[in-house]
Amino acid sequence: MTGLPIQYGMGLAALLFIAGLTGLVVRRNTLFILMSLEIMLNAAGLAFIVAGAHWQAADGNAMFILIIALAGAEASIGLGLLLQLHKRFRTIDIDAASEMHG
Amino acid sequence: MSLLVLTLIFPLAGAIALSLFPRMADNAARTIGAASVGLAAVVTALVMVFWGANGGYPFVQTLWQWIAVGDFHVNFGLYLDGLSITMMGVITGVGFLIHLFAAWYMVHDLEGSPGMARFFAYMNLFIVAMLLLVLGDNLLLLYLGWEGVGLCSYLLIGYYYQTPANAWAAFKAFIITRIGDVFLAIGLFLLYTVFGTLNIQTLLHQAPQVWAQGDAMANVAALLILLGACGKSAQLPLQTWLADAMAGPTPVSALIHAATMVTAGVYLIARMHGIFEIAPAIQELVGVIGGVTLLIAGLAATAQTDIKRVIAYSTMSQIGYMFLALGVGAWQAAIFHLMIHAFFKSLLFLTAGSVIIACHHEQNIFKMGGLRKTLKLDYWLMIIGGSALSALPLVTAGFYSKDAILWDAVANGHGVLWLFGLIGAFITSIYTFRMIFIVFHGEEKTHAHAGHGIPHHVPLIILAVLSTFVGAMIHQPLDGVLPSGAVEGHFWIELVFEVISSVVALVGLGMAAALFLGKRQLIAQATQDGPGRNTWLFFNSALGFDWLYDKVFVQPFLFVARGHRRDWIETIVNVVPGLASAGNSGLSAVQSGRLRWYAMVMFAGAAVLLAVLMFG
Repeated sequence: MTGLPIQYGMGLAALLFIAGLTGLVVRRNTLFILMSLEIMLNAAGLAFIVAGAHWQAADGNAMFILIIALAGAEASIGLGLLLQLHKRFRTIDIDAASEMHG
Repeated sequence: MSLLVLTLIFPLAGAIALSLFPRMADNAARTIGAASVGLAAVVTALVMVFWGANGGYPFVQTLWQWIAVGDFHVNFGLYLDGLSITMMGVITGVGFLIHLFAAWYMVHDLEGSPGMARFFAYMNLFIVAMLLLVLGDNLLLLYLGWEGVGLCSYLLIGYYYQTPANAWAAFKAFIITRIGDVFLAIGLFLLYTVFGTLNIQTLLHQAPQVWAQGDAMANVAALLILLGACGKSAQLPLQTWLADAMAGPTPVSALIHAATMVTAGVYLIARMHGIFEIAPAIQELVGVIGGVTLLIAGLAATAQTDIKRVIAYSTMSQIGYMFLALGVGAWQAAIFHLMIHAFFKSLLFLTAGSVIIACHHEQNIFKMGGLRKTLKLDYWLMIIGGSALSALPLVTAGFYSKDAILWDAVANGHGVLWLFGLIGAFITSIYTFRMIFIVFHGEEKTHAHAGHGIPHHVPLIILAVLSTFVGAMIHQPLDGVLPSGAVEGHFWIELVFEVISSVVALVGLGMAAALFLGKRQLIAQATQDGPGRNTWLFFNSALGFDWLYDKVFVQPFLFVARGHRRDWIETIVNVVPGLASAGNSGLSAVQSGRLRWYAMVMFAGAAVLLAVLMFG
């Protein structure tokens, strides 16, 4: 893994992260928001992998495993919230759950 | 004589105990409340015995130095002489009987709602403040007691605070008496500026040496003291609060608004008699105020429908007699009438309380009627109290005290004031027996349940006995404290005047019987409409003083206040709340509750932080 410059990998990670962030902010469908979150987590994971490969260190791989575990936990909680949202509001529009305004 | 302090300590301990444990059982609260004043009464009796055995000389007990600022020294000192011991006897003696009656009354009055401890805490505190008022050896300590009784009066008038009208009545009493108190405070400042001390005996000793007879400053000082006394004693022009003060429980009306607090003004003027003697114009004014007030209050009492308001106006009227006595220089007769009035007026109030409870909290005399058969005891008590109030000759205590005032007035050459007093006596007979006839005679309109039990019977019967000639035989040790003011007249001349006032009282009784003892058609027709109706309304509103004060003082004040609602100070002051309000609306707009908005703000914040870290 010496051929590919680190900038390419990091650039891809940043692009993925921004794509996920954009999806998170513009989407109103909760399911798509959860998917955007997954994309952002994977972007972070990719950044760790690229950095680990660049410095020949195992830390990046370890962090990626942690992120995968985190993503799994997050997905299960997120889907639980999604079900609750649907149960309470009969919709999965995230803006419906905006009752805690000042 | 360290016993003297105990008269203060017992009620104070009672008040503190009742305040610290407001949730104690009602029976415990009643026992503590009545027993603490009972102990004070016992100690007062012992003090009287020892004081008399030691020759009855004035006695000073300095407890500690209260205030010491530069040259200004005030001691917490108690002063005992014939006048203060008489007042102590009335306060603790009559006070204890009323507390005992209240132990019966409040059980029936509260009926499950809490507040027994609160009631007795205020009542005990009142006794402490009233004793301080009469025992203080300097004017500042007297003023502490003066304000203390005012506070307790406010708290007890507004005792049933759930009803807004009662809270307003308490406000009214507090504010109007406060107007008088401000004048009294200015009078205190004036006396201190001139004499450099507030010690009453020193003041009375120095006043004739510093001020010539009729000195302008002496007149001002006496006038300020008089205005203070007018506020507390509900005399013209500060008399409007007393009738509304009947919103409190009936024992409160008996203790504070009949027997003790409202007579504090009489005590104050009698205590400061040395100042008034060198200000004869103001002393004359005292008599005129008393004479006019006794007529106004008497007329108002003839057109009331609430039993307590009838008695309240009669109290104002009787205090008018005391002021009249002070004005004509009959100092001892004023204090004598003060004591006798405390007996028969608390008897009338407590009996009225008994009748009110018996008629299930009904206070309108026209809804009672015919209670003579069901409430035999109350009927006779009311007859005794009413006779004493009307000063029916020979058998009642009121006859001896009121006659002394009238005789002293005429003997000292105040024929007009004597006439005022005589007309007042006539009106007194009419309204007193009007009340009795309407309540106890005629057809029965309600079913009454007579009160029973020792706390109900004992105070009423003792007060009834004291309201007869027995009470008039009590000797007051006032010689040497107050000038007697009594003029020894020729026996036959004195007898003629006594017969005149007796006949006037009896004619008033006869007229009340003629008007109110039958079908009452004459009065009913006369007051149905037209001028008769208007006169009735005029008397019913106590000659319209509330209306007058509203137009002269309250409305102009509100007008000025409204005019200044939007001035430039208001604009400047409003900047601060405006800023706070704008900040609030700005921040609450940020809290939109939208998750996506929060996410964006969070990332924007993270981006800014990152930028600062990288390029900062």
